[in-house]
Amino acid sequence: MAGSTLKIQDLHVEIEGNEIIKGLDLQISGGEIHAIMGPNGTGKSTLASAIMGHPSFEITQGSVELDGEDVLEMEVDERARAGMFLAMQYPSEVTGVTTSDFLRTSINANREEGDQIPLMKFIKKMDKQMATLDMDESFSTRYLNEGFSGGEKKRNEILQLLMLEPKIAILDEVDSGLDIDALKVVSNGVNSMRSDDFGCLIITHYQRLLNYIEPDYVHVIMQGRIVKSGDAALAQRLENEGYDWIKEELGIEDERVGQSQEA
Amino acid sequence: MAVETKWTFDSETVKQWAEKQEEPSWLVNKRLDALAQAEHLPLPDPDKTSLKRWKFTSFEKIDAEEPATQSFSDLPQEVSRLAGEESEVQNLIVQRDGKIAYHKVEQELEDNGVIFTDIATAVREHSDLVEKYFMSDAVRTNEHQLTALHTALMNGGVFIYVPKNVELQTPIQTIFWQDDVKTGLFNHVLMVTEANSRLTYLENYVSFTEEEANVNVVTEVYGGQGSEVKYGAIDNLESGVTSYVVRRASLAKDARIEWALGQLNEGHTISENTTYLMGDGSYGDTKTVHVGRGKQTQNFTSDVVAYGKRTEGYILTHGVMKDNATSIFNGINKIEKGGTNSHSEQTGRVLMLSSRARGDANPILLIDEDDVTAGHAASVGKIDPIQMFYMKSRGLSQTEAERLIIHGFLEPVVGALPIEAVKTRLAEVIERKVY
Repeated sequence: MAGSTLKIQDLHVEIEGNEIIKGLDLQISGGEIHAIMGPNGTGKSTLASAIMGHPSFEITQGSVELDGEDVLEMEVDERARAGMFLAMQYPSEVTGVTTSDFLRTSINANREEGDQIPLMKFIKKMDKQMATLDMDESFSTRYLNEGFSGGEKKRNEILQLLMLEPKIAILDEVDSGLDIDALKVVSNGVNSMRSDDFGCLIITHYQRLLNYIEPDYVHVIMQGRIVKSGDAALAQRLENEGYDWIKEELGIEDERVGQSQEA
Repeated sequence: MAVETKWTFDSETVKQWAEKQEEPSWLVNKRLDALAQAEHLPLPDPDKTSLKRWKFTSFEKIDAEEPATQSFSDLPQEVSRLAGEESEVQNLIVQRDGKIAYHKVEQELEDNGVIFTDIATAVREHSDLVEKYFMSDAVRTNEHQLTALHTALMNGGVFIYVPKNVELQTPIQTIFWQDDVKTGLFNHVLMVTEANSRLTYLENYVSFTEEEANVNVVTEVYGGQGSEVKYGAIDNLESGVTSYVVRRASLAKDARIEWALGQLNEGHTISENTTYLMGDGSYGDTKTVHVGRGKQTQNFTSDVVAYGKRTEGYILTHGVMKDNATSIFNGINKIEKGGTNSHSEQTGRVLMLSSRARGDANPILLIDEDDVTAGHAASVGKIDPIQMFYMKSRGLSQTEAERLIIHGFLEPVVGALPIEAVKTRLAEVIERKVY
C-alpha cells in the first residue's frame, strides 16, 4: 500500500484539567483527504494540536499511531520527521530568522546528515512553490511570520507544507481570514500535493474550502467526538442546512464540549 | 628573566621602558603621573557588580617579545582567518601582545593623508596630534585605578587619523591578539575623524588560552563636525582573561557614530560604551550583543549622553544567558539641560536559556531638559514554548530550534556590522559560544 496511515483510537485530551476530546477515533491513509467540521468550541483545533504534541494539551487516554509507531511517545520534532505536519491556525513569529533560512533548516532536519539539500535545488523549489501560491519574492527574505497579515501567514503555512512534503498533514483552519482569491490559491497548493503518498486532515469551520479541495471523507465533531461521518455530500448538506439536523438526529442540545455529561 | 610582579611597575621601571621606546617626554610624564595616581585611586564601581575579587593585575610584564616576522602567512591560522584571505585584506594591523605582527595599508590611505599606525609609532611620529587627544577628554586618566593604569602601562593599540573631507572607501581593520598570558595588554585605540570625513572600522580582540590573564582596553573616538564613523567590534577573549573595556566617542556638531559591538568574551568582563553627543545635531547609535556562559560575570553599560540640541541617541542591547553566567546590562540615555529637541530611545532584551543564569536589564533615562522625546523598553524572558512547538513541528530538534531563535534574536546587531565577512565571523563566534 502506498502512503502512510495515521490511526487515532479512543483519544481523550485535556487542557488544564478540562477534557476537550472525549474518545475520538479516526484513521487517515495516504491518498485520502478527510475533513473535520463542526461548530465553534467542539474540539476541532484541540484535536489538531494534540496530535502534533502541543505543550498545552495533555493526552489522558487512547492512542495515536503512524504506520504502527506510537506517535504519543515521540517528541514533536520526531513526529515531524516521521512524516507528520500541522499547518497552524496561529503560527508563531520568529524574529531575525528569514522564511527561507527556516525552511532550508527544516528541510535539512528531515534529511540524513550529509544529504543536505543543495542550495540551488532549494532555491528552485522554493521559487516554484511560491509561484504556485502566488507569493511575492520578498517573502523568502522576510522574518518568519513577523508582520505577516493573516492571509500571508496561511500561505506561508501552505508553502511549508509544499516544501516539506509530509506523508500526513493536518490543516487547522487554513481558510479562516482568507478572501476568495486567496482561498483558491491555498486550495491549489493543497491539491498539488494530492497523491497516494499524501494523506490530509482538513479542519474547518466553513464548507466553502471544501468546494476547492474535495474531501473523500467528512466528519462532524460535537462534544469532543466524531458524531457523524460521510462523503463530500455531507459537507454540502451542512452548508445548506446547518448543524441542527444532526443535533436533532442525535439528541444533542448543546454541541459544545463539556455540555453533555451534566444533563 | 626575573619574574616581575605587579608593583614592580614602579616609576623607574616605567620610565626606563618608555624612554627605551623613545616616547616623547609629555607621554613619559603622563605615564609617571598616572602610575602615582593608580596606587591610590579606587577600582571602578559598575552598577550591581562587585569587583572586589576580580584580578585586574595578575600579569607579570608589559613588554612582550617582538614577533619574528610580519608576514601574513606566518600568522597562526586562527588569527589570520579573522581577516579573511590575504588577497582580500585591505587596511589591517595585527598585533600580538601589543607588538605589530602584520601591517598593510592601501594606497588610498596615503593618498588622502590618512594615518593608520600602531600607537607606539604614532606617539613618536605624530606626537602633537596624539598628545592633543590621548586620555584627555573622552576617557581620562584619573577616573579610577584602571584608567590610570591604562595611561601608565599602555603597550598596544593603534592611532587612526582621517583628515577633513576624506571619505575612506576601504575599511580599516585591526586584530588585537593576546598570546602571552604573562603580558598584560593595555590596548589603546585612538581615532580622530576630522570634519566631514567618513570611516568604517572593525576590530577583533582574541586570545586562545584559558590561563589567567589581563586585558585593559580604551577606545577614544573624536568625531569632528559632520564626520561619520561606523565602528564594529568583536571581543572574544578566552575564559581566563579578566578584562576592562571602555569605548567612548565624543561627537561635534552633526557628527555620527554607529557602534556594532559583539561582546563575546568568555571571562569576567566590565565593558562600557559611551557616546557623548556634544555638538548640535549629533547622532549616536549603539547596538550590542552579549552571550554569557559558564561561570563568567559580566557588566555591560551602554551610555548615550546628549549635550547638544537636536541630537539623537539610540541603544539596542540583546543578551543571551546560559549556564551559571551572570550579566548586568545597564543602558543609560541622558539628556543634559540645554539638549532641546533631542530624541533618545533604548531597548534591552535578555534571553535566558538557563534557570541558573542571571541577567538583569536596567534601562535608565535621565532627562534634565523638558523639550525632548525619549523612550525605553526592557525585557528578560525565556524562549516561548509555543514558538518552540511551532519550530519543532517542522522537524527541527530542540537544539536546532534554539540555535535559530538565538541567531534571530541577535540578528539586529549582527546584521548591523558593516562588512559581510565580519558578520559571518560574528555568527561563528556566537555559534561557538551558544553551543
